[in-house]
Formats: sequence, structure tokens, C-alpha cells
Amino acid sequence: MSAALALGDDALVLSHRLGEWAGHAPVLEEEVALANIALDLLGQARVLLSLVGDEDELAYLREERAFRNLQLVEQPNGDFAHTIARQLYFSVYQHLLYERLAAGDGEFAELAAKAVKEVAYHRDHAEQWVLRLGDGTAESHERMQSGLEALWRFTGEMFQPIEGLDAAGTTGTVAATGTTGTTDTAGATGTSGSGSGVDWAELESAWLSAVTATVERATLTLPTGPRTGAWAAGAGRQGLHTEPFGRMLAEMQHLHRSHPGASW
Amino acid sequence: MAAVTADQKTQSTSGTAKAAGTGAGPAAGTAPEAADAALLAAFDAAVAADDRIEPRDWMPEAYRATLIRQMAQHAHSEIIGMQPEANWITRAPSLRRKAILMAKVQDEAGHGLYLYSAAETLGTSREELLDKLHAGRQRYSSIFNYPTLTWADVGAIGWLVDGAAITNQVPLCRCSYGPYARAMVRICKEESFHQRQGYELLLALSRGTEAQHAMAQDAVDRWWWPSLMMFGPPDDASSHSEQSMAWKIKRHSNDELRRRFVDICVPQAEALGLTLPDPDIRWNEERGQHDFGAIDWTEFQQVLKGNGPCNEQRITQRRRAHEEGAWVRDAAAAYAAKHTTPSTRTAQPAQHVEETA
Repeated sequence: MSAALALGDDALVLSHRLGEWAGHAPVLEEEVALANIALDLLGQARVLLSLVGDEDELAYLREERAFRNLQLVEQPNGDFAHTIARQLYFSVYQHLLYERLAAGDGEFAELAAKAVKEVAYHRDHAEQWVLRLGDGTAESHERMQSGLEALWRFTGEMFQPIEGLDAAGTTGTVAATGTTGTTDTAGATGTSGSGSGVDWAELESAWLSAVTATVERATLTLPTGPRTGAWAAGAGRQGLHTEPFGRMLAEMQHLHRSHPGASW
Repeated sequence: MAAVTADQKTQSTSGTAKAAGTGAGPAAGTAPEAADAALLAAFDAAVAADDRIEPRDWMPEAYRATLIRQMAQHAHSEIIGMQPEANWITRAPSLRRKAILMAKVQDEAGHGLYLYSAAETLGTSREELLDKLHAGRQRYSSIFNYPTLTWADVGAIGWLVDGAAITNQVPLCRCSYGPYARAMVRICKEESFHQRQGYELLLALSRGTEAQHAMAQDAVDRWWWPSLMMFGPPDDASSHSEQSMAWKIKRHSNDELRRRFVDICVPQAEALGLTLPDPDIRWNEERGQHDFGAIDWTEFQQVLKGNGPCNEQRITQRRRAHEEGAWVRDAAAAYAAKHTTPSTRTAQPAQHVEETA
């Protein structure tokens, strides 16, 4: 699995889910905001997938088992709080990860440096909404808490090391440590704390503390359930997805597959 | 909202329609009729001189009401118009097309926002206008009551529907009401871009496989006549036209704009390699314009009455989005009431930017 495929699929699939909101958002400003985020993610996906091959072949002609996105991003939208919970979990992760990739000098550094500006906006959008919903009305508080709970079990997967990311993505240790030891070992597996590439354990702890801070400020409670269901660990990254994903792909790919070889 | 203040009356008698009244003064209610006549004369003179009427200027109540009606309908059309296109976002056949379509639907929400803001300068509110839309008391363009059945419909909407909208709206950039005219300048730029993209989408299909070409032709066949209806009823049956033209809200008659549109589309259809579904279209040397077949005004009336293919679906989805979003808007309001003072509201995001920079 290439890291570009994993990151590209995350962006592609979440963009698709956000695109489903078009015409259904609670307020016009959110029509604009959600579409804006979806477009940013689609742009990132196109760049990342193009590093691997033809973006349309990859998006439209792979089957469910060949997609490498996190299970988190394929989860159906649910209500607005559910969507915002997914945005919070993912955008904080993506922001922290891209900051670290941007700080290295690997293949993804330039792309991450550009994307991190967009992702900072996505993160701010999600955090502001978690605050509003968590600390809004009793109903919004309850819905926001439910959204956080429902998606919590998909968050552990984000910190399963992405195979190949270390060699391709960065040549230094994680930026946050401030060290510059470079190993640049092709095929490094990127296990946590190995000293090469993203320090996944450090990323996880940075994510946990950022999410905890927002959740608490929003007067919400950090979910306590397992973050890594036993069988779900790393599942999306291995091409093992949840049931709604196949249906999402069926809709996304139908037209393209109906006209083999056509250009659009 | 439209009470003429004593302040405005005083200024108007000194000979200007550009009375910058505060709007906060008590309605005098005792002003002499002569003052009203002077206000009206100044207003008429400003319109005649192609001056822009601005929100604080005095304006006839009927002018205000007409503008609110038209701008609201325009804003509603942008919002309802998101639906037929959004219907294809999740099925767009390439990532490039998907990005273009998402950007377009996003622009439409933005256009709705501009237009509601422009309408609000006349003393109404977005909430009030949306309530009227949801209650069926204000309209949106009849075109959005037609379904998007294939991907090619996205192209046909861009080419024909946006094309018709531009033909209608470019003259509005010179409309007598300043906020509307300025909104239209921005909107028309983006619409022209969408229109070219729609044309280019159809061109790709037309030059594609046989199945793609057939898809494009079918879409044009279905969208052509409804697009012509976007210009409204024929001149002899258009109830608002005469007054709107006198006020320079409207600059050209429905039929005049419709003919202009047909003249634009005929060569474009040829360049596309597609035909228009009207055997009566032919060049009229004498008039220097195309003649074309009769429009089915019965269908138009049915769609306006709510009996088009998607009227029910469109308004139901809009109402549902609004109703299901109520708790979100309530939450935002409750949060703002708890936390917002003018300084903290701006301080919070700024602080966040610093943290993450």
C-alpha cells in the first residue's frame, strides 16, 4: 500500500460524504462551508492519487477491498452533529499529521505544506461547531455527545502506522520533538517511536490532548469506549471496510463504470 | 419599515432624492401631500438620470415591494436551483467534473447569500423571505421544477439554464436599485464561468461515444423549452413588465430577451453538434433574428401552479433541510447568547490561528 493512496483515499471519501450535504445543510453559510471543505479535500485527493496513477481509474475502477481510507471517513453523515464529530476527529488528525509531514523534507512535504493551510481551516470550523453544539442547547448538547460517542470506536485506526509513509513522507523525526535525526530508510515500517518518520504514538497523544481540550471546553465528555475495536484495528487501511462504504462506492462509480473507456 | 421620516421629507423638499435619512426619526404622519409629490418627483428624476437608488433613499412603496418580490424570487431560485445539480454531485463521472460541480453548487449558495443580503437592505430579512418560500407565498424560477435525469442534464443546465439566466441578468447589472445591481455584477461573472463549463461538458459528451452523444442530445431536447420559459410570459401577458421597465428594474421585455437568447443558442448548438428540438427555428432575414416555434404556455402555467414534475420534491427538501437544521441554528444562537461579547467573538478564532500557525 502506498501512503499516497491511504491519504488520498481519506480525502476522496470524506469529500464525497461532505458532498452529500449539498442542498441539505442547516443554514446557507454551512452549504458554503461544507462544500468548501469537500472541495479542498477533493483537491488534495486528486494530487495524492495522481502520485499513484490515474486519478479517475483509482477513484472509479477500484473495488471496495482496494480502498485504503480510514473507516472513520466512510461513515454516513448522520445528523449535523454526527458530521461535525467526524470532522473534528479527522481534521485534527489530518492537521497534526500534515504539520509533521510539512516539517519533513519527504515526498509529501510540499503537498502537506499547502494542504495544512486548508486543513487548519477545516479544524477551526469543526472545533467552533463542537463548541456551539456542545455548549448550545440541551438538544444540541445531547446530539453532539451522541456523535462523538458513535464515531469514537473508529478513531484508533488513525494511529496505526501507514506503511511506507516514513520513507516517502518524511526523512526526519517528528517535528514536535525538534530533533533532526534522519534515517530515510526505504521501506521503513514506521512503528511508533522507531525514530524514523511520523511518531505515531506522539501523533496520537497530540490528537488526544487536542480533542480532549475541545470536548471539555464544549462542556462535553470524552467518550470512554474502546477506540480500536479488535477487528477494526487498521481495517480500512487493509481494505476492510464497513457496510455503508460499498453502497457509497456503487453510487460514486456507477456512471463512470457504465461507459467503459469514455472520457468526460 | 418604510415610514418616511420627517427628516427625509425635509431633505427631499430641498430637492434631492438621495436623502440620507437616519431612518430612526419618528414617522411624522402629518407631512403635507406636497412633500410626497416632491419626493416622488425627485425619485423619478433620479431614475430618469440613471442614478442608483440606495437603501436610505426615499422610494415608492410599490417600487420597494416589487424589488423585494423580485430579489427574493431570485435568491430562492439560487437556493432551490442547488438541488437539481447537487443530485449529480455523488455520481459525477470524473474527479475533475465533480470538483467543478461542487464549486458551482457552492457558488449558488453564495449567490443566494448575496441576494438575501441585498433584499435585506429593503427592510426585510432572510428568515422572513425563507419562511415565505417555505409557505409557498414566494416563488422561485420554474426551471428548477424539472428533474436531472442524466449526467448530461448538468451540462444542459449550465449551457441553457445559466445561459438564459445570464441573458436575463446582465441588464440587471444596470438596474436602478444599487444593491441589486452590484450583487448582479458579481453573480454574472460567476454565472458566465458556469455557463462555459456547462457548454464544455456538453461538448465533451457530444464528441464522445455514441451513448454520450445521445445522452447530450436527450438532455438538450428536454431542457430547451423550459429554458425559453425562463424569460417569463409573453409581453402581452406579463403583468409586472411595464412598471418594472419604467422604474428601470427591467431594461428589456421578456420576448426581446427570449429572442436574443435564441439567437445566441442557435450557432452554439451547431458548434456543439447538437440540434434544438424545434423544427420551426429558422433565420428571418427581414427581422435579422431567428423565428422559432410556439411555447407551450399551458405547461408553463401548470409548473407555476405547482404541478410541474418536481415542485413538490423541491419544496419538501428545502423545508426539510430548514426544519431539520432548526436545532443547529438554535444551538448557534444559544451559544452566541452565552458567550459572545463583541471582543470575545473575534478573539477566539484569532487565538486559534496563533496556536496552529
